Amino acid sequence: MSAISVNGRTYEINAAPDTPLLWVLRDELGLTGTKFGCGVAQCGVCTVHVDGIAVRSCQIPVGTVGQRVITTIEGIGETSAGARIQKAWLDLEVVQCGYCQPGQIMSAAALLTANPDPDDGAIDAAMSGNLCRCGTYVRIRQGIKHAARS
Amino acid sequence: MPRDPEVLEPGTLSRRAVLRGGAAVLGGLFIGIELPAGRARADELQAAGAALNAFVHIPVQGRVSLIMPAVEMGQGVYTSQAMCMAEELDVGLDQIEAIHAPADREHYGHPIFYVQATGGSTTTMAWTEPLRKAGATARAMLVAAAAAEWNVPASDLVTTRGVITHPGSGRSLRYGDVTDRAAQMVPPADVPLKSPEQFQLIGTRARRIDTPDKVVGKTVYGIDVRLPGMKFAALTASPVLGGKVSHVDEAPALAMPGVRQVVVLEDIVAVVADNTWIAEQGLRALDITWSPGANATLDQAQLWADTEKASTGPGVTVRKEGDATGKFTAGTPIEATYELPFLAHTSLETQNCTVHVHDGVCEIWVGTQVPGYAQAGAAQVLGLPPEKVTVHNHLIGGGFGGRLEAAPIVTATRIAQKVAGPVKVIWSREQDIRQDMFRPLYHNRLKARVENGRVTAWHHRVTGPSILARWLPPAFKDGIDSDAIDGAAEPPYALGDMLVEYVRHENGVPFSFWRGVGPNSTVFSVESFLDLIAHRTAADPVALRRVLLGKNPRARAVLDAAAAKAGWGTPLAASPFGARRGRGVALMHAFGSLLACVAEVAVTDGGDVRVNRVVVATDVGRVINPDTVVAQVQGGVVFGIATVLHNRITFAGGRVEQTNFNDYRLLRINEMPTIEVELLASTEKSGGIGEPGTVVVQPAVANAVFAATGVQLTRMPLDASLIARSV
Ligand code: FES
Ligand code: FES
Repeated sequence: MSAISVNGRTYEINAAPDTPLLWVLRDELGLTGTKFGCGVAQCGVCTVHVDGIAVRSCQIPVGTVGQRVITTIEGIGETSAGARIQKAWLDLEVVQCGYCQPGQIMSAAALLTANPDPDDGAIDAAMSGNLCRCGTYVRIRQGIKHAARS
Repeated sequence: MPRDPEVLEPGTLSRRAVLRGGAAVLGGLFIGIELPAGRARADELQAAGAALNAFVHIPVQGRVSLIMPAVEMGQGVYTSQAMCMAEELDVGLDQIEAIHAPADREHYGHPIFYVQATGGSTTTMAWTEPLRKAGATARAMLVAAAAAEWNVPASDLVTTRGVITHPGSGRSLRYGDVTDRAAQMVPPADVPLKSPEQFQLIGTRARRIDTPDKVVGKTVYGIDVRLPGMKFAALTASPVLGGKVSHVDEAPALAMPGVRQVVVLEDIVAVVADNTWIAEQGLRALDITWSPGANATLDQAQLWADTEKASTGPGVTVRKEGDATGKFTAGTPIEATYELPFLAHTSLETQNCTVHVHDGVCEIWVGTQVPGYAQAGAAQVLGLPPEKVTVHNHLIGGGFGGRLEAAPIVTATRIAQKVAGPVKVIWSREQDIRQDMFRPLYHNRLKARVENGRVTAWHHRVTGPSILARWLPPAFKDGIDSDAIDGAAEPPYALGDMLVEYVRHENGVPFSFWRGVGPNSTVFSVESFLDLIAHRTAADPVALRRVLLGKNPRARAVLDAAAAKAGWGTPLAASPFGARRGRGVALMHAFGSLLACVAEVAVTDGGDVRVNRVVVATDVGRVINPDTVVAQVQGGVVFGIATVLHNRITFAGGRVEQTNFNDYRLLRINEMPTIEVELLASTEKSGGIGEPGTVVVQPAVANAVFAATGVQLTRMPLDASLIARSV
């Protein structure tokens, strides 16, 4: 048994160390806001923050996380960037089916923290790993700019 | 009748179960309306007699519940359906709670399809009037109850935000105060609806009701369901389409910690484990021998060739006016064929279904566009009467037609039947693609005679399978699949003597509906062919269409709006992406809506295409929520661009060649054009908007590539090698 820190809380976990963080969050801890979409780092719906950096949780064996701080969509609203992105997403009605949006919001929040005023090139670079089958990209771009101004 | 607050707790299972019992169990006011007559009926017997359905529930305490007959998969219908009911009921969207309708065809069957389904961009068309009527009837009964209580004429009372006021005396009460009294009343037969000038919600940019939970990760999709004691299953089907299991050595999986069981069905192997990851690892550890069966030689080139061959064989006449064939003999016609590939749905939420079979009942947790088919499919597997199967429906992480089939639910039920306790079956992305029921391969053969800039004879032959013959048999009449030929039978243009034919051709590959349905193939072909005609007759593509739309001012207005906004005819800006640039136009009239699109592309020397700008003008009739219309057009355009640039499912040796998003490419944000949408004001009947954007952008992009390169590609998706400069 080991422990990980998620959204400011410590969880004891049973999963084997090679289990991807995604499945520990979803199946063991019940934090189902983080989604599964491809399992091979192609879609970004599983994006979480590890020490503030956006990573694909389907690619991170839980045993490698150690003491590092994990933040998921359930906790990102506690950060300034996360709260501003979430509000912008509502103000601009970015969301359609919503399934990709936890991942989009996590990537966008990490971008905004690192770069308070991202231009289109920075948005492309930070967000091109996050697929949206509903095609909400126009509003994701607007939403990030809106949040940056807020 | 006293109410148990436990029962009214939102979203609980007990509540949904109780909902089926109706007013007698739950109390409060249920409003039923009679479904319109003349629906396509899959089962005449079931349809006998008047159906009473329940859409509005007003408890004594707490929020108004609106029951949603159409499912939410991102297209915004929870909000638009709620707007229709709330408008007439006079409550705010912040005062209501949306509840998924249970599987119950009699009460929630689609007014057009009869079966309980959400699809074909029909929700607004089909449900606007019934839901407004449900809201208006509820309001009338509440007002009548208040009038009786105060002994004043009902016409003296006003309602706003769930409060009834008698301005004469200043008295007021909440809907909940008179809900029990109202429930005793006979619903009035013909309640007048508001006139459009009285609308306070319909036509406004009302906030979506489903999004606040979605941005904080709280929304529970089917894949997020958690039940006490639940196990997780991963599954695989034969790599060769339709293959069967011949042998499995279960030992390597069973030896892994956390693996509980291996389930071997005729065509599926599943591993049940303590979490999804272990189940997936267990599956990989298995050594499965498949017997490939008849499809082992199925090959893409052969599939194209077979369809091409069928397209010259016998077909059925869909429409015949004048003597098109005679006119072709008298002159030299222009001819072309257009071919559309198999496509996968690839919603980001992969197929999944949680099933618990126990004590002679079955419970299912899933997000589905067809709760009734899901219930019937599971009941058939288990040999249970349908009422023993409960479907707990969920918001869907992307539909696009991929949740219009019960097949995955049937598969999950077959697995769950062998498992003690609840089991969540999750398709990996690879299995989601492999086991998909694809957008069919379509072939369109077109021929036209052009005289003095006008089309005087037109022949369109559509070849493809019939989805409706299986999915909604009553809609497959006289050998014609009305979906497959939608967009071909009644194009918006005056095309002279008309002959439209349909050839039903099926090839063993499973197929189903896909965003844009039939018009994806027909409109693509008509609009591509018009550009070929323009090219051959040295006409401007917009000018040619304007001539052919002479008798259709509504369509012409949409075309003109898109052309003007796009600056049709002005020089194109330089693009860093490629030197060859072009603009393409397309028009679509389907789903009750009219859309015109102008796309601008740049093409590299290597033949890669970048869409830089898309302009869409729409006339979708009366709009419920304009922001939703814009969002659906934006999203539909992105979906369509991925389709025309990248997407195809192909077969080699009976195997689907695509596996994941690395080889089934969706559009990414760095590949995005700017998208401009103009909604033309319209008082026509409301049309659908879930699919049109996807349909109209594809030929616009293909026509822009034609303009940029001088090459018209006729088999999708666009093949870079055919437009590379070195060729
Ligand atoms: S599930 Fe991790 S990137 Fe797709
Ligand atoms: S909102 Fe549906 S996948 Fe992005």
